[in-house]
Amino acid sequence: MIAVLGLVVGVALGLLFEPTVPAGLQPYLPIAVVAALDAVFGAIRAYLDGRFDDKVFVVSFISNVLIAALIVFVGDQLGVGSQLSTGVIVVLGIRIFSNAAAIRRHLFHA
Amino acid sequence: MAEGKAPDTSKAWARVKHALTGRPSRGQWVVAALFLVLGFAAVTQVRATNDDDFAGMRRDELVTLLETLDSADERLTQQRAELAETQRRLQQSSERNQAAIDETRRAADTLAILAGTAPAVGQGVVITIEDPDETVLAGPMLNAIEELRDAGAEAIQVNGVVRVVAQSYVTDDANGAVRIDGREIKRPFVIEAIGDSHTLDQAVMFRGGLADQVEALGGEVDVEQVKSLEVTALAEEREAEYAQPAR
Repeated sequence: MIAVLGLVVGVALGLLFEPTVPAGLQPYLPIAVVAALDAVFGAIRAYLDGRFDDKVFVVSFISNVLIAALIVFVGDQLGVGSQLSTGVIVVLGIRIFSNAAAIRRHLFHA
Repeated sequence: MAEGKAPDTSKAWARVKHALTGRPSRGQWVVAALFLVLGFAAVTQVRATNDDDFAGMRRDELVTLLETLDSADERLTQQRAELAETQRRLQQSSERNQAAIDETRRAADTLAILAGTAPAVGQGVVITIEDPDETVLAGPMLNAIEELRDAGAEAIQVNGVVRVVAQSYVTDDANGAVRIDGREIKRPFVIEAIGDSHTLDQAVMFRGGLADQVEALGGEVDVEQVKSLEVTALAEEREAEYAQPAR
Protein backbone atom coordinates (compact mmCIF):
# COMPACT_ATOMS: atom_id res chain seq x y z
CA MET A 1 0.00 0.00 0.00
CA ILE A 2 2.63 2.45 1.05
CA ALA A 3 4.64 1.52 -2.05
CA VAL A 4 1.77 2.50 -4.30
CA LEU A 5 1.42 5.72 -2.33
CA GLY A 6 5.12 6.38 -2.89
CA LEU A 7 4.68 5.96 -6.64
CA VAL A 8 1.71 8.33 -6.67
CA VAL A 9 3.58 10.91 -4.60
CA GLY A 10 6.58 10.66 -6.96
CA VAL A 11 4.39 11.23 -10.02
CA ALA A 12 2.67 14.14 -8.27
CA LEU A 13 6.00 15.71 -7.36
CA GLY A 14 7.21 15.32 -10.91
CA LEU A 15 4.09 17.03 -12.24
CA LEU A 16 4.26 19.73 -9.59
CA PHE A 17 7.87 20.81 -9.95
CA GLU A 18 8.18 20.26 -13.69
CA PRO A 19 11.90 19.50 -13.39
CA THR A 20 14.11 19.64 -16.42
CA VAL A 21 16.49 16.78 -17.03
CA PRO A 22 20.11 17.85 -16.51
CA ALA A 23 21.99 17.73 -19.78
CA GLY A 24 24.49 15.16 -18.48
CA LEU A 25 21.74 12.75 -17.47
CA GLN A 26 19.71 13.08 -20.62
CA PRO A 27 20.85 9.93 -22.45
CA TYR A 28 20.70 7.79 -19.27
CA LEU A 29 17.39 8.67 -17.67
CA PRO A 30 15.10 6.75 -20.07
CA ILE A 31 17.21 3.60 -19.78
CA ALA A 32 17.40 4.03 -16.02
CA VAL A 33 13.63 4.31 -15.76
CA VAL A 34 13.15 1.10 -17.76
CA ALA A 35 15.75 -0.68 -15.65
CA ALA A 36 13.95 0.46 -12.49
CA LEU A 37 10.67 -0.83 -13.93
CA ASP A 38 12.35 -4.20 -14.45
CA ALA A 39 13.48 -4.24 -10.83
CA VAL A 40 9.96 -3.34 -9.68
CA PHE A 41 8.36 -6.17 -11.63
CA GLY A 42 10.99 -8.56 -10.35
CA ALA A 43 10.20 -7.40 -6.80
CA ILE A 44 6.47 -7.92 -7.22
CA ARG A 45 7.06 -11.40 -8.53
CA ALA A 46 9.38 -12.22 -5.64
CA TYR A 47 6.81 -10.89 -3.18
CA LEU A 48 4.11 -13.12 -4.61
CA ASP A 49 6.53 -16.00 -4.50
CA GLY A 50 6.89 -15.27 -0.80
CA ARG A 51 10.63 -14.68 -0.98
CA PHE A 52 10.73 -10.92 -1.17
CA ASP A 53 13.63 -9.29 0.61
CA ASP A 54 13.78 -5.53 0.84
CA LYS A 55 17.55 -5.53 0.89
CA VAL A 56 17.70 -7.55 -2.29
CA PHE A 57 15.17 -5.22 -3.87
CA VAL A 58 17.11 -2.07 -2.98
CA VAL A 59 20.34 -3.52 -4.27
CA SER A 60 18.80 -4.84 -7.48
CA PHE A 61 16.97 -1.57 -8.10
CA ILE A 62 20.07 0.59 -7.71
CA SER A 63 22.41 -1.80 -9.49
CA ASN A 64 19.94 -2.20 -12.38
CA VAL A 65 19.80 1.56 -12.83
CA LEU A 66 23.55 1.98 -12.54
CA ILE A 67 24.42 -0.87 -14.88
CA ALA A 68 21.92 0.32 -17.47
CA ALA A 69 23.38 3.82 -17.33
CA LEU A 70 26.89 2.39 -17.49
CA ILE A 71 26.12 0.33 -20.57
CA VAL A 72 24.71 3.37 -22.32
CA PHE A 73 27.70 5.42 -21.27
CA VAL A 74 30.16 2.85 -22.58
CA GLY A 75 28.11 2.56 -25.75
CA ASP A 76 28.26 6.30 -26.25
CA GLN A 77 32.01 6.26 -25.77
CA LEU A 78 32.35 3.46 -28.33
CA GLY A 79 30.06 5.19 -30.80
CA VAL A 80 27.37 2.50 -30.65
CA GLY A 81 25.24 4.28 -28.03
CA SER A 82 21.94 4.14 -29.83
CA GLN A 83 22.30 0.48 -30.82
CA LEU A 84 23.39 -0.52 -27.36
CA SER A 85 20.57 1.34 -25.64
CA THR A 86 18.15 -0.35 -28.01
CA GLY A 87 19.64 -3.69 -26.98
CA VAL A 88 19.32 -2.84 -23.29
CA ILE A 89 15.70 -1.83 -23.80
CA VAL A 90 14.99 -5.11 -25.59
CA VAL A 91 16.55 -7.23 -22.86
CA LEU A 92 14.80 -5.33 -20.08
CA GLY A 93 11.53 -5.54 -22.01
CA ILE A 94 11.84 -9.32 -22.27
CA ARG A 95 12.54 -9.56 -18.55
CA ILE A 96 9.58 -7.34 -17.73
CA PHE A 97 7.33 -9.51 -19.85
CA SER A 98 8.49 -12.76 -18.25
CA ASN A 99 8.09 -11.28 -14.76
CA ALA A 100 4.64 -10.01 -15.66
CA ALA A 101 3.77 -13.51 -16.90
CA ALA A 102 4.87 -15.01 -13.58
CA ILE A 103 2.80 -12.44 -11.65
CA ARG A 104 -0.19 -13.26 -13.84
CA ARG A 105 0.21 -16.97 -13.10
CA HIS A 106 0.32 -16.25 -9.38
CA LEU A 107 -2.76 -14.09 -9.30
CA PHE A 108 -5.01 -15.57 -11.96
CA HIS A 109 -3.63 -19.06 -12.42
CA ALA A 110 -3.38 -18.34 -16.10
CA MET B 1 11.44 -19.29 -14.88
CA ALA B 2 9.66 -21.53 -12.39
CA GLU B 3 6.82 -22.84 -14.42
CA GLY B 4 6.86 -26.44 -13.19
CA LYS B 5 4.33 -26.53 -10.36
CA ALA B 6 1.22 -24.41 -10.47
CA PRO B 7 1.54 -21.64 -7.85
CA ASP B 8 -1.07 -21.34 -5.16
CA THR B 9 -3.42 -18.55 -6.24
CA SER B 10 -5.12 -18.05 -2.88
CA LYS B 11 -1.77 -17.62 -1.14
CA ALA B 12 -0.75 -14.98 -3.67
CA TRP B 13 -3.98 -13.01 -3.19
CA ALA B 14 -3.55 -13.21 0.56
CA ARG B 15 -0.11 -11.67 0.15
CA VAL B 16 -1.55 -8.89 -2.01
CA LYS B 17 -4.21 -8.22 0.61
CA HIS B 18 -1.62 -8.20 3.35
CA ALA B 19 0.51 -5.79 1.39
CA LEU B 20 -2.38 -3.40 0.82
CA THR B 21 -3.87 -3.47 4.33
CA GLY B 22 -1.16 -4.51 6.74
CA ARG B 23 1.03 -2.12 8.66
CA PRO B 24 3.97 -1.09 6.51
CA SER B 25 7.17 -2.75 7.55
CA ARG B 26 10.56 -1.10 7.33
CA GLY B 27 11.13 -2.82 4.00
CA GLN B 28 7.97 -1.36 2.57
CA TRP B 29 9.10 2.13 3.49
CA VAL B 30 12.28 1.59 1.55
CA VAL B 31 10.34 0.24 -1.39
CA ALA B 32 8.05 3.25 -1.23
CA ALA B 33 11.02 5.60 -1.29
CA LEU B 34 12.43 3.90 -4.36
CA PHE B 35 9.01 3.95 -6.03
CA LEU B 36 8.85 7.67 -5.33
CA VAL B 37 12.16 8.15 -7.07
CA LEU B 38 10.99 5.97 -9.97
CA GLY B 39 7.71 7.88 -10.40
CA PHE B 40 9.54 11.20 -10.25
CA ALA B 41 12.13 10.12 -12.80
CA ALA B 42 9.55 8.62 -15.12
CA VAL B 43 7.39 11.74 -15.13
CA THR B 44 10.45 13.94 -15.63
CA GLN B 45 11.55 11.85 -18.60
CA VAL B 46 8.06 11.83 -20.11
CA ARG B 47 7.82 15.59 -19.81
CA ALA B 48 11.27 16.08 -21.29
CA THR B 49 10.37 13.84 -24.20
CA ASN B 50 7.15 15.72 -24.84
CA ASP B 51 8.71 19.15 -24.40
CA ASP B 52 11.30 18.88 -27.09
CA ASP B 53 11.63 16.30 -29.78
CA PHE B 54 15.34 16.85 -30.32
CA ALA B 55 16.71 17.32 -26.83
CA GLY B 56 16.89 13.60 -26.08
CA MET B 57 18.47 12.63 -29.38
CA ARG B 58 22.02 11.49 -29.93
CA ARG B 59 24.44 13.31 -32.16
CA ASP B 60 24.46 10.71 -34.92
CA GLU B 61 20.66 10.63 -34.90
CA LEU B 62 20.62 14.40 -35.32
CA VAL B 63 23.15 14.18 -38.14
CA THR B 64 21.03 11.57 -39.90
CA LEU B 65 17.96 13.72 -39.41
CA LEU B 66 19.76 16.74 -40.80
CA GLU B 67 20.92 14.79 -43.83
CA THR B 68 17.40 13.53 -44.44
CA LEU B 69 16.08 17.07 -44.27
CA ASP B 70 18.81 18.29 -46.59
CA SER B 71 18.06 15.71 -49.24
CA ALA B 72 14.32 16.31 -48.89
CA ASP B 73 14.94 20.02 -49.31
CA GLU B 74 17.03 19.38 -52.41
CA ARG B 75 14.39 17.08 -53.87
CA LEU B 76 11.61 19.57 -53.21
CA THR B 77 13.61 22.43 -54.72
CA GLN B 78 14.16 20.39 -57.86
CA GLN B 79 10.51 19.45 -57.93
CA ARG B 80 9.53 23.08 -57.61
CA ALA B 81 11.75 24.05 -60.53
CA GLU B 82 10.21 21.30 -62.65
CA LEU B 83 6.71 22.38 -61.77
CA ALA B 84 7.50 26.02 -62.51
CA GLU B 85 8.81 24.95 -65.90
CA THR B 86 5.66 22.95 -66.56
CA GLN B 87 3.54 25.90 -65.50
CA ARG B 88 5.45 28.20 -67.84
CA ARG B 89 5.03 25.76 -70.73
CA LEU B 90 1.33 25.33 -70.09
CA GLN B 91 0.83 29.08 -69.80
CA GLN B 92 2.64 29.62 -73.09
CA SER B 93 0.63 26.99 -74.89
CA SER B 94 -2.60 28.30 -73.42
CA GLU B 95 -1.69 31.80 -74.63
CA ARG B 96 -0.98 30.38 -78.09
CA ASN B 97 -4.28 28.52 -77.99
CA GLN B 98 -6.09 31.69 -76.96
CA ALA B 99 -4.55 33.58 -79.88
CA ALA B 100 -5.55 30.79 -82.26
CA ILE B 101 -9.07 30.80 -80.84
CA ASP B 102 -9.35 34.59 -81.26
CA GLU B 103 -8.08 34.34 -84.83
CA THR B 104 -10.49 31.54 -85.65
CA ARG B 105 -13.37 33.41 -84.07
CA ARG B 106 -12.62 36.50 -86.18
CA ALA B 107 -12.46 34.37 -89.31
CA ALA B 108 -15.70 32.66 -88.34
CA ASP B 109 -17.43 36.03 -87.84
CA THR B 110 -16.27 37.24 -91.26
CA LEU B 111 -17.35 34.01 -92.90
CA ALA B 112 -20.71 34.07 -91.11
CA ILE B 113 -21.40 37.53 -92.54
CA LEU B 114 -20.38 36.36 -96.01
CA ALA B 115 -22.50 33.22 -95.69
CA GLY B 116 -25.38 35.28 -94.36
CA THR B 117 -25.73 33.24 -91.18
CA ALA B 118 -25.04 36.18 -88.86
CA PRO B 119 -26.66 39.61 -88.68
CA ALA B 120 -24.44 42.54 -89.70
CA VAL B 121 -24.27 46.27 -88.95
CA GLY B 122 -22.56 49.05 -90.84
CA GLN B 123 -22.92 51.98 -93.21
CA GLY B 124 -24.61 51.42 -96.53
CA VAL B 125 -27.52 52.29 -98.76
CA VAL B 126 -31.27 51.67 -98.78
CA ILE B 127 -32.58 51.35 -102.35
CA THR B 128 -36.33 51.56 -102.90
CA ILE B 129 -37.69 50.45 -106.29
CA GLU B 130 -41.27 51.40 -107.07
CA ASP B 131 -42.92 50.10 -110.20
CA PRO B 132 -46.68 50.66 -110.17
CA ASP B 133 -47.08 48.63 -113.36
CA GLU B 134 -45.18 45.64 -111.95
CA THR B 135 -42.69 45.81 -114.79
CA VAL B 136 -39.53 45.21 -112.79
CA LEU B 137 -38.92 41.46 -112.80
CA ALA B 138 -36.05 39.13 -112.00
CA GLY B 139 -33.73 40.55 -114.64
CA PRO B 140 -33.35 44.09 -113.32
CA MET B 141 -33.42 42.70 -109.76
CA LEU B 142 -30.49 40.37 -110.43
CA ASN B 143 -28.79 43.22 -112.20
CA ALA B 144 -29.21 45.44 -109.15
CA ILE B 145 -27.73 42.76 -106.86
CA GLU B 146 -24.79 42.24 -109.23
CA GLU B 147 -24.10 45.97 -109.40
CA LEU B 148 -24.13 46.19 -105.62
CA ARG B 149 -21.75 43.22 -105.32
CA ASP B 150 -19.50 44.81 -107.91
CA ALA B 151 -19.42 47.94 -105.77
CA GLY B 152 -18.27 45.92 -102.79
CA ALA B 153 -21.49 45.30 -100.88
CA GLU B 154 -20.73 42.97 -97.99
CA ALA B 155 -24.23 42.09 -96.84
CA ILE B 156 -27.44 42.48 -98.80
CA GLN B 157 -31.02 41.88 -97.79
CA VAL B 158 -34.25 42.47 -99.71
CA ASN B 159 -37.42 43.72 -98.02
CA GLY B 160 -35.86 42.76 -94.70
CA VAL B 161 -36.82 39.12 -95.23
CA VAL B 162 -34.33 37.61 -97.65
CA ARG B 163 -30.57 37.65 -97.20
CA VAL B 164 -28.79 37.61 -100.53
CA VAL B 165 -25.80 35.25 -100.42
CA ALA B 166 -23.59 33.44 -102.93
CA GLN B 167 -26.14 30.71 -103.59
CA SER B 168 -29.12 33.07 -103.91
CA TYR B 169 -31.16 32.93 -107.09
CA VAL B 170 -33.80 35.27 -108.51
CA THR B 171 -36.82 33.99 -110.43
CA ASP B 172 -40.14 35.21 -111.82
CA ASP B 173 -43.25 33.24 -111.16
CA ALA B 174 -46.36 32.90 -113.36
CA ASN B 175 -48.21 35.74 -111.63
CA GLY B 176 -45.50 38.30 -112.35
CA ALA B 177 -44.11 38.19 -108.81
CA VAL B 178 -40.37 38.14 -108.13
CA ARG B 179 -38.98 35.37 -105.95
CA ILE B 180 -35.55 35.28 -104.33
CA ASP B 181 -34.46 31.84 -103.07
CA GLY B 182 -38.02 30.73 -103.80
CA ARG B 183 -39.52 33.33 -101.53
CA GLU B 184 -41.95 35.88 -102.91
CA ILE B 185 -40.82 39.51 -102.67
CA LYS B 186 -43.62 42.02 -102.42
CA ARG B 187 -43.52 45.41 -104.09
CA PRO B 188 -42.14 47.96 -103.50
CA PHE B 189 -38.70 46.36 -103.33
CA VAL B 190 -36.40 47.61 -100.62
CA ILE B 191 -32.79 46.53 -101.02
CA GLU B 192 -30.50 47.22 -98.08
CA ALA B 193 -26.78 46.81 -98.69
CA ILE B 194 -23.86 47.29 -96.30
CA GLY B 195 -20.69 48.67 -97.83
CA ASP B 196 -19.13 52.01 -98.72
CA SER B 197 -22.33 54.04 -99.03
CA HIS B 198 -20.99 56.49 -101.62
CA THR B 199 -19.67 53.74 -103.91
CA LEU B 200 -22.91 51.81 -103.61
CA ASP B 201 -24.89 54.97 -104.43
CA GLN B 202 -22.77 55.49 -107.54
CA ALA B 203 -23.23 51.84 -108.55
CA VAL B 204 -26.98 52.39 -108.74
CA MET B 205 -27.13 55.89 -110.16
CA PHE B 206 -24.54 55.81 -112.94
CA ARG B 207 -25.75 56.54 -116.45
CA GLY B 208 -27.23 53.41 -117.97
CA GLY B 209 -27.26 51.74 -114.60
CA LEU B 210 -30.08 50.34 -112.51
CA ALA B 211 -31.86 53.67 -112.06
CA ASP B 212 -32.01 54.33 -115.78
CA GLN B 213 -33.15 50.78 -116.50
CA VAL B 214 -35.99 50.96 -114.00
CA GLU B 215 -37.06 54.36 -115.20
CA ALA B 216 -37.15 53.03 -118.76
CA LEU B 217 -39.52 50.36 -117.46
CA GLY B 218 -41.74 53.05 -115.93
CA GLY B 219 -40.56 52.65 -112.34
CA GLU B 220 -38.73 54.84 -109.94
CA VAL B 221 -35.55 54.28 -107.90
CA ASP B 222 -34.75 56.05 -104.69
CA VAL B 223 -31.33 55.67 -103.03
CA GLU B 224 -30.67 56.76 -99.48
CA GLN B 225 -27.21 56.69 -97.89
CA VAL B 226 -27.37 55.51 -94.29
CA LYS B 227 -24.69 55.82 -91.60
CA SER B 228 -25.79 52.75 -89.70
CA LEU B 229 -27.73 49.97 -91.30
CA GLU B 230 -28.79 46.69 -89.78
CA VAL B 231 -29.07 43.58 -91.90
CA THR B 232 -31.00 41.11 -89.78
CA ALA B 233 -32.38 38.63 -92.30
CA LEU B 234 -30.48 35.36 -92.18
CA ALA B 235 -29.78 32.85 -94.90
CA GLU B 236 -30.23 29.18 -94.22
CA GLU B 237 -27.02 27.47 -93.24
CA ARG B 238 -26.26 24.65 -95.63
CA GLU B 239 -23.54 22.07 -95.79
CA ALA B 240 -21.81 21.43 -99.08
CA GLU B 241 -23.08 18.06 -100.25
CA TYR B 242 -20.71 17.39 -103.13
CA ALA B 243 -17.93 19.90 -102.88
CA GLN B 244 -15.11 18.83 -100.59
CA PRO B 245 -12.15 20.96 -99.65
CA ALA B 246 -9.37 20.15 -102.12
CA ARG B 247 -5.97 19.50 -100.58
